[in-house]
Amino acid sequence: MERILCYGNDAVGWGAVFAGCEAFFGYPITPQNEITEWFAREYPKRGKVFLQTQSEIGTISMIYGAAATGIRVMSSTSSPGWSLMLEGISHLVNAELPCVIVDVQRGGPGMGTTQHSQMDYTSVTKGGGHGGYKHIVLAPSTAQQNGDYVQSAFYLADKYRNPVIMISDSIVGQMMEPFEMKALDFDPLPEKGWALTGKENRANGERNMVQCGQGLFFEPPHIPNYGALLAHLDNKFKEMEKSEVKFESYFIDDAELILVAYGYTARVSREAINDARNEGLKVGLIQPITLWPFPSQIIREKAGEGVKFLVVEDSLGQLVEDVKVAIAERTEVFFVGALSRHNPTPGGFILPHIVLEKIKEIV
Amino acid sequence: MTKKKIAGQPKLWIRHPVGGGFPCPGCGHGLVQRVVAEVIEELGVEGKAVAICGVGCGWLSFLTLDFDGGNCPHGRATDVATGIKRSLGDKSVVLTIQGDGDTIAIGTEGLISAAARAEKITVIMVNNTNYGTTGGQMAPTSLLGQVTTTTPNGRDSSQTGYPINVAEFITGLRGVAYSARGAFNNLKNYRATKKYLTTALEKQINNIGFSFVEILSPCPPNWHLSPLECLDKLENEVMVDFPVGEFKNLDRLE
Repeated sequence: MERILCYGNDAVGWGAVFAGCEAFFGYPITPQNEITEWFAREYPKRGKVFLQTQSEIGTISMIYGAAATGIRVMSSTSSPGWSLMLEGISHLVNAELPCVIVDVQRGGPGMGTTQHSQMDYTSVTKGGGHGGYKHIVLAPSTAQQNGDYVQSAFYLADKYRNPVIMISDSIVGQMMEPFEMKALDFDPLPEKGWALTGKENRANGERNMVQCGQGLFFEPPHIPNYGALLAHLDNKFKEMEKSEVKFESYFIDDAELILVAYGYTARVSREAINDARNEGLKVGLIQPITLWPFPSQIIREKAGEGVKFLVVEDSLGQLVEDVKVAIAERTEVFFVGALSRHNPTPGGFILPHIVLEKIKEIV
Repeated sequence: MTKKKIAGQPKLWIRHPVGGGFPCPGCGHGLVQRVVAEVIEELGVEGKAVAICGVGCGWLSFLTLDFDGGNCPHGRATDVATGIKRSLGDKSVVLTIQGDGDTIAIGTEGLISAAARAEKITVIMVNNTNYGTTGGQMAPTSLLGQVTTTTPNGRDSSQTGYPINVAEFITGLRGVAYSARGAFNNLKNYRATKKYLTTALEKQINNIGFSFVEILSPCPPNWHLSPLECLDKLENEVMVDFPVGEFKNLDRLE
């Protein structure tokens, strides 16, 4: 298997190629520009679509159109761009159009900083747009996971006919790491017989229709009324919650304290755990791979055993809310956040020694 | 006296219980659907056509058109059409049916960007000088002095500026191959409008550039006039500010 050295952001592109993604629409925004530029460089020469759009609103709307034709399509953005895409994502959910969006988070609110952060958690995992929809959220922490999870994201998007979001940060995106060029295998998926391809391309010669007002009028093949729409979406969301939860665990069997972290702070946490274990402290990590659906069950079980929790998250506290809900006050939850960075500038990090100090304070 | 058939139901126009019944009596949207169905059939492209409806009174028009189609978020039809066209390529014929608010208020960024990119799509903007679906509010195309629910004393340019003449304005963009404005106030203009739409789609089929057709429509409920009175207003007021005709027709972009 070919192994290359590449940026985490570039690995997103390779993953898209392996997944058979046919089109990328994107708008410049730091710190995800390497992804858009990768597609600009690599896609036209492969006979695939790359288009630089006029805004993230344009991007997500073009994705709506491209997804409606049945091809695999994606974009990447960063936090302010994510805000602009929410309108379109809500409509994609109603229209049941699959796509993949990568959010390389930056700090906020507002203009905030163009540098690393984990501040979009709530917006991304709670269906930040209108209408209370849900979608799967995958959280890579290495270049390899960037490439692999993009492929999983396309599979899951097609499986549920629903957008899938990959949430990254500029540490994961802008760090160079070894990357194995591998296409992953997935279960077969049904044909997209619903796609808009022109009716001459269909054996039965009948027209297809895609619409984002499902539930508002009574006409097959669309969902006939509002109650049916909500029930249909509820079924899909519940099936995702039942079947798609993924997490990695690290030394949790004998742990008295379990850290919960995703993205770059998960890597920081692993280092802190290694140091703590060297000093004989029984600490471990639960790293959610799906931020939604959230791995509540394992956290609940461990909390029931009396294990304490420490959430390491480069924000003012968002993931920690989900951990608190899972624990339901069975045990204590501690928090290391953006205010614990090694310096208070946009370039500050939550470093392993800061996490280790907190571990020692608790255990 | 023998009966002579002068018109029938276009092959591709479906009398749909929701989409077909949506336009109010005297509204132009039904005729827009009819003309689109006629032109797509005459050009022989129904097998490759995709119609995307913006949000507004025409948002369910695709239900009446017997080829692929759908709707999309408010103001995003040109972007959605772009996504479809870029994905399906030259083999497709992609058009939008949008209202004036959908096209040139909330949809301005998408319209101008698609036109500037010479996107090979055809945009139909149905201009009824107000937001019909939501109950008759002021639109960017409302005439000066026009009474709407958000300009109860008439549109006042000192407060709300001036109407936008989209068919003329868009000609300034280099990606635009064709722009025209039509109306259905009489048979002559009906035929001319049909010709505009045919030419616009030909610009797309021949891969020349972006094409745009504005179609003036009466709005009896919100103009608070009968369908016939609406035609008078259309001819004597609306068409004065929004003249019909072709404004740009290029066989090659410059």
